[in-house]
Amino acid sequence: MTHLFEGPDWTFDRIAAAYDAMAPVALDDLRLDIYPNQIEVISSEQMLDAYSSVGMPLMYQHWSFGKHFLREEYLYRKGRRGLAYELVINSNPCITYLMEENTMALQALVIAHASFGHNHFFKNNYLFRQWTNAGAILGYLEFAKRFIAQCEERHGTSAVERVLDSAHALMEQGVFRYRRPPRPSQEAQRHRAQARREHEERSFRELDRTIPRSGHGTEVKEPLRDWPGQPDMKLPEENLLYFLEKNSPVLEEWQREILRIVRVIAQYFYPQRQTKVMNEGCATFVHYHMMNALFDRGVIPEGAMLEILQNHTNVVLQPAFDDPRSQGINPYALGFEMMKDIKRICEEPTPEDADWFPALAGSGDWRAALLEAWANYRDESFILQYLSPSLIRKLRLFVLSDDADETDYEVASIHNERGYESIRSVLAANYDVASRPDIQAVDADMMGDRQLRLNHAVHEGKLLEEDSRDLVLTHIRRLWGYDVSLADIDAQTGETLDEWTADPE
Amino acid sequence: MPSFIDRRLNPKAKSLSNRQRFLKRARAELKRSIDRQIRTGKIADVDGEHVVPIPLDGTSEPTFRHSPDEGRRQGVLPGNRQFVAGDRIPKPPDGAGQGGKGGGASDSGESEDDFNFVLSREEVLDLFFEDLELPDMIKLYLKENTTKKPRRAGFSTAGSPANINVGRTMRGSLGRRIALRRPKLEEIEALEKEIASLEAMAKPSPANLALQEELRTRCEVLKRRRKLISFVDPIDVRYNRFEQTPVPNASAVMFCLMDVSGSMGEREKDLAKRFFMLLHLFLKRRYQRTEIVFIRHTHEAKEVDENTFFYSTESGGTVVSTALDEMLRIIAARYPANEWNIYAAQASDGDNMPNDCARCIALLQEQVMRLCQYYAYVEIIDARESSIFANTDNGTSLWQAYRVVADAWTNFQIARVAQPADIYTVFRRLFARRAAVRAGA
Repeated sequence: MTHLFEGPDWTFDRIAAAYDAMAPVALDDLRLDIYPNQIEVISSEQMLDAYSSVGMPLMYQHWSFGKHFLREEYLYRKGRRGLAYELVINSNPCITYLMEENTMALQALVIAHASFGHNHFFKNNYLFRQWTNAGAILGYLEFAKRFIAQCEERHGTSAVERVLDSAHALMEQGVFRYRRPPRPSQEAQRHRAQARREHEERSFRELDRTIPRSGHGTEVKEPLRDWPGQPDMKLPEENLLYFLEKNSPVLEEWQREILRIVRVIAQYFYPQRQTKVMNEGCATFVHYHMMNALFDRGVIPEGAMLEILQNHTNVVLQPAFDDPRSQGINPYALGFEMMKDIKRICEEPTPEDADWFPALAGSGDWRAALLEAWANYRDESFILQYLSPSLIRKLRLFVLSDDADETDYEVASIHNERGYESIRSVLAANYDVASRPDIQAVDADMMGDRQLRLNHAVHEGKLLEEDSRDLVLTHIRRLWGYDVSLADIDAQTGETLDEWTADPE
Repeated sequence: MPSFIDRRLNPKAKSLSNRQRFLKRARAELKRSIDRQIRTGKIADVDGEHVVPIPLDGTSEPTFRHSPDEGRRQGVLPGNRQFVAGDRIPKPPDGAGQGGKGGGASDSGESEDDFNFVLSREEVLDLFFEDLELPDMIKLYLKENTTKKPRRAGFSTAGSPANINVGRTMRGSLGRRIALRRPKLEEIEALEKEIASLEAMAKPSPANLALQEELRTRCEVLKRRRKLISFVDPIDVRYNRFEQTPVPNASAVMFCLMDVSGSMGEREKDLAKRFFMLLHLFLKRRYQRTEIVFIRHTHEAKEVDENTFFYSTESGGTVVSTALDEMLRIIAARYPANEWNIYAAQASDGDNMPNDCARCIALLQEQVMRLCQYYAYVEIIDARESSIFANTDNGTSLWQAYRVVADAWTNFQIARVAQPADIYTVFRRLFARRAAVRAGA
């Protein structure tokens, strides 16, 4: 069999040929299920552009993107940081950007990684299925960009910037973590109100009014539906952007729409934040398997395979904690190792594996096991379910406890029989998004002083960083229009630790 | 089958406007850091890119995040070698070695560390001009890289309608019409007349009828031909072609003269520096080659390098004419006036030995001003004095002496400067003249 390509230079024909050779491995061997692919080649400058707009091909304009751009550009020009080889967007069709500087071997690797690995994950993982609409995101961003540009034209750039600044500060607090029944749209609500009025008009009989009332206090009171009063704000609410969009007494319609845009984008990225390990692990496992399968078939030259392996090793490098390069756990390495481990457990289980993973051990069909894991887990639950003692030993993981009141760190567990469970649950908890600050809107007296009260549930004594807390509170005050206060509530005891109010601008 | 798209030719610099928004937002801080660099840098440096640290105030992006030094947390780390459960490891002293802790639990909020970025020449100049209060046209002029002038350069087949050359176009059209033998209107009219006269005959003979038929066919052919061959065809059209040619430039030398006696402090020198910078920017724009000569003086004058010029102080009296002598000496030695455009900029606090002023006037009137294109003098005064001196003729001895020269020479300008915004007035005439030339060009 002849090689798919020779030498480092790529052409569109060679990329297409490589894709055609890869597709059967991905679709028939690994049984991946992917969105149609759209593969675009871009230059390094365009990659920098894409970086600064959170990786999306189009985005509204804001100074903070310019700031990120300047930062990335400077680091890149100084040679302090390389650019990613690819960028992939969770959309339908799934868009993959390849850098023009890549060699042909790298292009093949990147296509396997992004256009098959990430693509499958986007299409099949339950979080993405539940929370994002891959077909609509590009259209929505286009709408957002146009809408915000129109607002800038009508209300001035600085007015729009103020709203966006405040909304960006709350992006982390702008997501729904749980699915809830959809609310009727405004259209539907109007329809219902109209139907109710029509029914009343139809059933109105002049004659009824002549019936004498049967005494004091029994007359039927009209419901005060349309009267201004304390509205039902469905408190408590953890999605602060949603809460402000719906209930802020001062925002105008266009400002609410901007909050909505920021919230929708935050929600779009929410699954990605929860699946870093799995997403990268899945893509890395897929490219590793596919490249090896093609190499075994003899269609990839040895030189290219060496280059591919070298890049692969760089990506999954896991330095030890005391290595100067260490940045904690590398999600690529952890994800890839865990998925390789699942394959090993299915094919050659040890007695220990049979103990820990009775359903998986020796089942033989590792492809099905992986497809199942990719579809139904997020980082936290994936680690809790699949991190095996043998992998804990291999990575020599240990738990370090840090109590701010103590002068020492304590090694809480190491890779031994007593430590496995604890290491697994601590690692899982670290990937749980619930470990981020938990802040909820709890009360707002709309008939009184209209002060908005927020609660911060304090877990394990972790308080908010003061400077940024005060700045964000000021942003909330700007959006709410009246006083805002934040109380630290201890999650265990329920007692109020402290309370802060927002400074006016 | 995937679709492949080559996006490399798509527009780049999509974030340009985001970049501008950011710069606008960080303007005050950037201005401060550019000012600092101007104070410490060289005169010629203002004309180029600058690396500035990113400002933090007003551009932070706050979010709720956990404070790293409160509460209890656990993290998982890889690569254990000798630890066993229960081991205690002392924490590093404050701030040092944060990398070792926390693992996945560490907050990602630590990204606001210091970093620099590059401001383009244009952006630097914008900031530099900010408090000089230059008229917009002059800002534009100084930012322009080289002066160019459109010059006629033959004809072209493409261009804008405003540039159509009618004569050339018609010449092409005529040649083409002749070559393709486009029938003239007179030919057709003559034929039609003949046909009409034949038709007018009461009893045409068969031969006559045949002739009539033949003439009609010929007339039809001619008419069709005339329609097919247009009068003016797009291929005839010619446009005047213009080429942007740089205006011929020569060399200029700029003399910076400054009194460095003890009375010139930090503020005075900073103002003087901006004054020299502005002149240098102007010269760089106008001349292909500019050189700067620094002459400092106390009771004696010396040519020095830029660093010494701005940063070392001398003690001694003040004799201005020594600087003028030195300048004349250098001109004679290195910058013959017929090859160099000579500009001079002098900054001083106005002190001079009383008996030296007459000599200054004489030197300027008889020698220096004959050689110079422009001589600008700023007297740096205290902000508090500016109101007193604003509209009076009296002042320091040097000021009074220079007023005499200024009355005699239009290219000799003097101004009292208390703040950066005052500097421009000494250059007003210089720029006004250039602007007039440009407008007339």
